[in-house]
Amino acid sequence: MIPEFGHFSLILALGLSVALAVLPALGVYRRDSLLMQTGPSIATGLFVLLAFSFGCLMYSFIQDDFSVAYVANNSNSALPLQYKISAVWGAHEGSFLLWTLIASGWTLAVAAFSRGLTFDMKARVLSVLGILCAGFASFLLFTSNPFDRNLPFYPADGGDLNPLLQDFGLIVHPPMLYMGYVGFAVPFALAIATLTTGRLDAAWARWSRPWTNAAWAFLTVGITLGSWWAYYELGWGGWWFWDAVENASFMPWLMGIALIHSLAASEKRGVFKSWTVLLAISTFSLSLLGAFLVRSGVLTSVHAFAVDPTRGVYILVFLVLVIGGSLTLYAWKASGIQSEAQFEWNSREAMLLINNLLLVVATASVLLGTLYPLLYEVITDGKKISVGPPYFNRVFVPIVCLLFVAMAVSPFSRWRRTSGDVLLRQHWPFLLATPVVICLVTYLVATGIDLIAIGVETLAVWILVLLARHWWQAGSISSASQLGMMLAHAGIAVAILGVVVTITYSEGRDVRMNPGESIALAGYDFTFEGVQKVRGPNYLADQAEFNVTRDGEFVAKLRPEKRFYSVAQNVMTEADMEPGLMRDVYVALGEKVGDTAWAVRVHVKPFVRWIWLGGLLVALGGFVTLLDKRYRRVRGLVSNNVVGTAA
Amino acid sequence: MVRILLVILLGTSFNCFAAIDAYPFPDEQLQQRYDGLIAELRCPQCLNTNLAGSDAMIAQDLRREVHRMLLDGHTDDEILTFMYERYGDFILYRPRLGAGTLVLWLGPLLLLMFAGFVWFRLARAKPEVHEINTEDQARLDELLRDSDP
Amino acid sequence: MTFNKSLLIPLGVFALLVVFLALGFRLQNPHLLPSVLIDKPFPEFELEDLRQPDQLRTLADLSGEVSLVNVWATWCPNCLIEHPELLRISRETDLPLYGVNYNDDNGKALDWLARHENPYEFSIVDDKGTLAIDLGVYGAPETFVLDASGVIRFRHVGPVTPEVWQETILPVVEHLQGMSDG
Repeated sequence: MIPEFGHFSLILALGLSVALAVLPALGVYRRDSLLMQTGPSIATGLFVLLAFSFGCLMYSFIQDDFSVAYVANNSNSALPLQYKISAVWGAHEGSFLLWTLIASGWTLAVAAFSRGLTFDMKARVLSVLGILCAGFASFLLFTSNPFDRNLPFYPADGGDLNPLLQDFGLIVHPPMLYMGYVGFAVPFALAIATLTTGRLDAAWARWSRPWTNAAWAFLTVGITLGSWWAYYELGWGGWWFWDAVENASFMPWLMGIALIHSLAASEKRGVFKSWTVLLAISTFSLSLLGAFLVRSGVLTSVHAFAVDPTRGVYILVFLVLVIGGSLTLYAWKASGIQSEAQFEWNSREAMLLINNLLLVVATASVLLGTLYPLLYEVITDGKKISVGPPYFNRVFVPIVCLLFVAMAVSPFSRWRRTSGDVLLRQHWPFLLATPVVICLVTYLVATGIDLIAIGVETLAVWILVLLARHWWQAGSISSASQLGMMLAHAGIAVAILGVVVTITYSEGRDVRMNPGESIALAGYDFTFEGVQKVRGPNYLADQAEFNVTRDGEFVAKLRPEKRFYSVAQNVMTEADMEPGLMRDVYVALGEKVGDTAWAVRVHVKPFVRWIWLGGLLVALGGFVTLLDKRYRRVRGLVSNNVVGTAA
Repeated sequence: MVRILLVILLGTSFNCFAAIDAYPFPDEQLQQRYDGLIAELRCPQCLNTNLAGSDAMIAQDLRREVHRMLLDGHTDDEILTFMYERYGDFILYRPRLGAGTLVLWLGPLLLLMFAGFVWFRLARAKPEVHEINTEDQARLDELLRDSDP
Repeated sequence: MTFNKSLLIPLGVFALLVVFLALGFRLQNPHLLPSVLIDKPFPEFELEDLRQPDQLRTLADLSGEVSLVNVWATWCPNCLIEHPELLRISRETDLPLYGVNYNDDNGKALDWLARHENPYEFSIVDDKGTLAIDLGVYGAPETFVLDASGVIRFRHVGPVTPEVWQETILPVVEHLQGMSDG
């Protein structure tokens, strides 16, 4: 019965989302204040229904109800409980139910926490969010129902969750990603709502900022976790492959950064207002495009969900309606919006403009590279081409280095104009000392001097050093917003350092080893003790033991495994590593070679953890800005520019 | 049709994950070239993995060929061309520069130049200069010193 | 209020994108790779004959008339699936069918042919997979159609079923035979 309850709840949720789309909007049209205020209660009901539906699906997993097709395809009675739960979002239908639930969650949050919005604006915003929720719910019901039963012949046991997904990463990575993807619907809805009023003012920007920062911070966590998960799970020491699915999350993230900065300029200086609206539409559009790419089968990827063209067509139609509709509205309504104050080339506005322009170029480049194989195949009628990491690295890195330069100097810029050569006059000793110190350290510690690495490291350290100098000069941090900015910028610098050091100075070797043999790498000694058979809850494994020492001192005992999952008939390499702040020591087990020897992969990866620690620091910065007191004060007057009631 | 696709899919290898063989090289430079090449070549059978990351039979064979060609003294270009002649553009993760990929390689550069042009137009526009007295100027400076982001 | 036409650019870009994405649905199965050796000569080789190990086979043995070259192996389940059709083709048509035994063991291969019957004029031993690489093969089974001068004109990836034979391979063969006759 429970799956039927879940299904029914989903149907009711569709109904409510349509109501949410229609009733408040009707209230705006008819200037009926009562109708306008129905939004929050409908939103509450919508969330409750979806949460219940999601709960029913989770219950089916926990109870091993294999009469539900989705459960049978993705679970197994021998699956550990935590993976049964996370299997709920392990494949397309369930993960999209989670997506829709999160959408209703953000909608409810907007309904609850928008005391600063007029009734009119709130109604418009909730209406837009209702349209989106209705779209998601109908997609679920008509093409991807997680509650489909496979009666009357259902299997005695399930097909098991893909062993790659039986991991902590699955528990956290998708929910965080979806919080980010879907969260961008809020600034999107605010932008659309504002366009419909025909009036673009600083209030819109102020309302949008906390929502944008929160969504972006969640997406940062999601991407960071994804990279970390790939690193320890996939067994070859990589953490980013510019895979279509990774890019699908990276593009809204990049655009989100542009949006955050542009909103700041729009709120504080009233500049770029029309452009910021376009950014808000584009960021969420990239989220939707990402969902399309991952779920439609149009692009090739290990991560992509199973191919089903019907779903792809449905999502594409949804994209056309939502994005096409919003861009049409933009073209029509944004014409009348003039903003621009004027600023000088070294002002904060100019810095933010650089930020936006470079990020848009970077995003467009990633989009071009991601879609190019598809475009090429369509145009040449069948010829295939690949665009991979060499292209993306070559194109993306220089653009982003320019951005780092701007980032380093930006704390010193002032709105409208920055006086004189503040930067050079006051800070030149630090700027000059940085590359010198880095060269010295590299010479003493590392195996060789790589000029590009030194250059990028210099940029990253400049960012950190200048942030610190700025703080020192100011004496104190004036607000949570400023603290958040500093943490986020520092986090980026930390992550950059991690990336550049690990790429340049990692060492790895694939070797054939017999038990008892030892290999030296980057100052560490790896001694292969032997291999034994080990049994897990749903797998059988060959487990190797390695003793890692450095200068005779014990560092770690590593136990990489080669696992055989009996149900899925799949072999998995489970690498083992000794994590450290300054370096990771990493071993993966290959195939048996001959009678006694094994193929083994050994890595020493310096600074790799800095990448994800940096990422988490960035996210923390994003969340910290939400604590700013201006968001907590309930304003008596809604905003300076709004006079009278809804127009 | 669906059945045939299923049959094809079942017939292909599933082992498109981390592959570890031990190919010895006499010197470090060849080893590095090898690592670079197998990272840049795509496994023809897998869904977006390079030769380094794939256990598929064809990937193992191709790695062996790269190893052999390096020991024979071929250049990186020759090895990549060898692969290209047999498997086409698909096997190269770094797209070749040609008529078909002009947009791909030049696009970002052109966009960057256009962005630079836009920035110069917007940021360099001479602002109107109005005369104000020194008191007002001081107040203005005070207000603008607000460094909140 | 003047209407700024440049505001339509985002919509235009999006429309273009949608067109390509929509066309993307009509694309082939992502697992199938088109051959880049079409209209190129079959690669040179010098490999042992499976049944007569002291005899070496070369490209010359494949030329002279329109023929089929089938890449097969004992470890490949789809090869067994297509086998009856290959037998039928070898019996009912006068089209020469040559085999390339890919990454296999000679003993196992001979056993397999004995058990399931041999449709091939002869099979070439490609136990290192070098000929397969030269052919751009990435999995078994694959079937090539050669014209009379030994040029590759068509490749099919996957098992040759009766439908595949009838609808895709036979028309190519007939076209080529028509050309070499006339």
